[in-house]
Amino acid sequence: MSQLLEVNDLRVHIDSPSGVVQAVRGVSFSLAPGEVLGIVGESGCGKSMLCRAIMRLLPRSARIAAGSVTADGKDITGLSEREMGRLRGSLFSMVFQDPMTALNPTVTVGRQIAEAVLVHNPRLPRAKVRARVLELMGLVGIREPEVRADQYPCQFSGGMRQRAVMAIALANNPKILLADEPTTALDVTIQAQILDLLRRIQQQLGTATVLVSHDLGVVARAADRVAIMYAGKIVEIGTAEEIYHDPRHPYTWGLLAALPALARGKDHLQAIPGMPPALIDPPPGDAFAWRNEYALDIDYQQEPPMFQISDTHFAATWLLDPRAPKITRGGGANG
Amino acid sequence: MAEILVDVRHLTHEFRFPNRQRLRALDDVSFQIERGEILGLVGESGSGKSTAARCIMNVYKPTAGEIFFQGINTCDSAAFRANKKLLQTQRQFIFQDSTSSLNQRMTVADIIAEPMVIHKIRPPRHTHRAEAAFQLHYVGMDESFLDKRPAELSGGQRQRVAIARALSMEPALLVADEPIASLDVSIQAQIINLFKHLQQEHGFSILFIAHDLAMVEYLCDRVGVLYRGKLVELAPTKALYGDPRHPYTQALLSAIPHPDPRTERQREYPDFEAMDFPRDGTFTEVAPGHFVLM
Repeated sequence: MSQLLEVNDLRVHIDSPSGVVQAVRGVSFSLAPGEVLGIVGESGCGKSMLCRAIMRLLPRSARIAAGSVTADGKDITGLSEREMGRLRGSLFSMVFQDPMTALNPTVTVGRQIAEAVLVHNPRLPRAKVRARVLELMGLVGIREPEVRADQYPCQFSGGMRQRAVMAIALANNPKILLADEPTTALDVTIQAQILDLLRRIQQQLGTATVLVSHDLGVVARAADRVAIMYAGKIVEIGTAEEIYHDPRHPYTWGLLAALPALARGKDHLQAIPGMPPALIDPPPGDAFAWRNEYALDIDYQQEPPMFQISDTHFAATWLLDPRAPKITRGGGANG
Repeated sequence: MAEILVDVRHLTHEFRFPNRQRLRALDDVSFQIERGEILGLVGESGSGKSTAARCIMNVYKPTAGEIFFQGINTCDSAAFRANKKLLQTQRQFIFQDSTSSLNQRMTVADIIAEPMVIHKIRPPRHTHRAEAAFQLHYVGMDESFLDKRPAELSGGQRQRVAIARALSMEPALLVADEPIASLDVSIQAQIINLFKHLQQEHGFSILFIAHDLAMVEYLCDRVGVLYRGKLVELAPTKALYGDPRHPYTQALLSAIPHPDPRTERQREYPDFEAMDFPRDGTFTEVAPGHFVLM
């Protein structure tokens, strides 16, 4: 199967007053048509920067230092801003975390969706635009679209706003949807609905989706494959089954153990000690070694390569080296 | 029977808008917080949980009802003035968004010492700086942070500073309004463990407001569920999670995501926006300490 999106050894550097921050340090992954890939990691691990680098919506201080992004068979790394503008919305589009700041509070929701429709079809007659807006609103599950289209974002609840943002993102039938923490600002009760909507859209329109989140619980519902990111790198990638039922990287173990749903009845939540390293001057070896209770001596000196566990499952930890001591996940929660 | 620290009686709060509309954010809510207990308050956004916290902390003046703190009616302005210092030191607030609740221009040392300066309290460890360092140690940070400013800290560290500032007053009541909502899951666990540890050490009470039911179950002794301004269920944590009686509580509990792709995909979630749960009736005790609105 040919891949829709291929990211190869992508590196993003941000210039800051105290030095160059290596936000993304060589990330490679691919996305098949109609697939949902979850990217999970703590804040500062570079997951948002990765999305923005793919869309080329990086802040001015950031740049792609190396690597390539191939979308739909085309290398888009060297495209001009103008060519990128044509692709955004039609080939790929993005859903942002906070639906309140993504929408303009002074413009009706219908007009904001119409704006997205018109960007790529400027000469569409008004009646057709309106019909398309109502169709999109129906698609994302906004009831009574005729009435709701003329309302302002403040008249929408959080979940409805996020649906409106998704309607905007889907306005031009993108092949790839990048969703950056789409449920983080929402109540638990609404989260599941938005995730189901993502999944339904993916099945209905065949849109490949990258779902970025810090919460493994959220990703479990929607993702086919999951990538765990730490300190600018993917440390483990596999199908959802493999990541949740047979995780191999100690960082993934920590993330799973920190979930309160798995700590029921225990009197202490398993937290990952310490914090991710600063990426201005990344430590030698495995960036996770300092927080890893299973760290081996080699972890402090040499970076682990990606070890292959199955056709789809890879993890970067020296524990998988045949010479390493056999360590299995301690205090495993579900297994 | 433990001593009652906070007694909320028939608390009602209405917001009035310029167009004469009224929004009843809290409707006849009564509950008590005992000394040394962690009470959780959960509900969706708009259910009135933050309003309740703000009424208890005298940020809002309730439309009706009374709130007693250690027997003092905090809603009565004469009583408030007479006990101002006690009320302002014994009750401390921790906000959701530590970026905006900490002054960006102050150093960590100044932030933690500020309540002592305001209330003219002599620092028990002689200097304000030593006291700030002590409190910082308590929340798991070292002196190297004293001269940093909030922008140089991560979200979890900022929340720890906010906790240290609140603890510098040795409060009897800590009101925490979604203190972990803006943090990463792995950092959330650190902060929750910290709350639990500090509570055991100091013995203060916590009113813990959250929308994450799983975290609440882990931390709290008792939990109240708010639905559109009404307290629909209040019970010891075990009873609430093991035997929820109100339909809204049951629906809310069924919405906790389970981090397992096999079971999670199969699960049907209730559609909350389309549902209307009963919110009338009287608050009845169905089991010892377990109250349901029915």
